[in-house]
Amino acid sequence: MVSVPHGGELVQLDVVDPSHDAFNGYDKSLMLPVSKETEATVLNIASGILSPLTGFMGEEDCKTVLDSMRLSDDTPWSIPVLLHVASSFTPQVRDEIVLTDEGGSPLANLLIDERFKIDRKEYAEKVYGTSDPAHPGVARIFSSPDSVLAGRIRRFAARPGDPFSDVTLAPRETRVLFGEKSWRTIVAFQTRNPPHLSHEYVQKTALAFADGLFINPVLGKKKVGDFRDEVIVAAYKALIRNYYPQNCCVLSVLHYEMQYAGPREAIMHAIMRKNFGCTHIAIGRDHAGVGSYYRPYAAQEIFKEFPDLGITPLFFREFFYCRKCAGMANEKTCPHGEDDHLTISGTRLRELLDGGESPPKEVMRPEVASVIMSDPDPFVR
Amino acid sequence: MTKYTTVSLPVTLHKRVERLIAEKEGFKSVSDYVTYVLREVVAMHETEKTPAPFTSKDVEVIKSRLKALGYI
Ligand SMILES: [Zn+2]
Repeated sequence: MVSVPHGGELVQLDVVDPSHDAFNGYDKSLMLPVSKETEATVLNIASGILSPLTGFMGEEDCKTVLDSMRLSDDTPWSIPVLLHVASSFTPQVRDEIVLTDEGGSPLANLLIDERFKIDRKEYAEKVYGTSDPAHPGVARIFSSPDSVLAGRIRRFAARPGDPFSDVTLAPRETRVLFGEKSWRTIVAFQTRNPPHLSHEYVQKTALAFADGLFINPVLGKKKVGDFRDEVIVAAYKALIRNYYPQNCCVLSVLHYEMQYAGPREAIMHAIMRKNFGCTHIAIGRDHAGVGSYYRPYAAQEIFKEFPDLGITPLFFREFFYCRKCAGMANEKTCPHGEDDHLTISGTRLRELLDGGESPPKEVMRPEVASVIMSDPDPFVR
Repeated sequence: MTKYTTVSLPVTLHKRVERLIAEKEGFKSVSDYVTYVLREVVAMHETEKTPAPFTSKDVEVIKSRLKALGYI
């Protein structure tokens, strides 16, 4: 059986055409242009990826999430979902506003329930475990207004022209798909990179006991030097085509801004995949981490606090190629020393690919490397 | 900070849980243990009564998109 939706009900908001009357006739003062990242959050609320949320959080939920990683009805939830607005944006409680994209096209109607302020330092310390502005998540919260609006999203405008729409499934679709495939156990794999052999081995180890694998790359805002979204998708398609049996794997992307909140974010990653219907999620070393802000396995340990999460984490140690084992191994399966292990840093791998040189086949499949190298510009500049 | 309330446990059960968690890592107090176990059990009961998220008509529409995209 696929997982039940988080909080018990799969949110599926009305989707209408952007030209719908619901978005017309608003005074300019009630139109709120939002960033690409907030746009993705709105989409994820509307399609149920963030069930049971039906809008942006109010103060009570925000407080219980920060203090105890629970919504005010005790549902597990580890990072607030907030709509930050400049104090110059004047609409008040009970006003209905229209969220628009950066170009002014309507995204959604939102009925304002609350307007409140957050303490950004407290937010940073609780969510990220640090208030160091060098942490990308902390920098983001410090650069956001402290004023936030809460309210339910009433209608959502269909988004035409998404270049990834043919690989973007909503939870209702994955749930039907998993049912069609008769999968009862589905392992989710979160990623923001093209696949290395080490990722493939995590996936295949999980597949050895599960019915299906749900590969769910995160697309969206990237740092300079990251792989571009198109490259990540094409690389995964190449891997699946060449190295996975038919009918064991589903590739679908998630539009989402990484927060780099380590353990707290691992819980959010699990909740989103539970809403897609996954029963398990692979959690590796330093999942959703950045720099050295989190202990290597903190994102695994935090799951102990959630006996009621409703999706089971599978904890993995990193895989590498071992010359003595003559195959992929990890510290739980290989007794040999580091000298026997073939590892390569992310930076070195990028240098090789950037220079048109194929990485060792023990690190990356040649078909995957070739897709990356055939792209005229695989990296975010 | 997290808010708490009080529930009553038979003293015998309280002592029994105290003995159990003394030998087990991970629980700081009887309250901790009871909270953990209750959440586990309550979630299980809630799962049993969750309604199906869509109708059979929805399913047909969804399947046609999945077919068009090559997923099935
Ligand atoms: Zn070895």
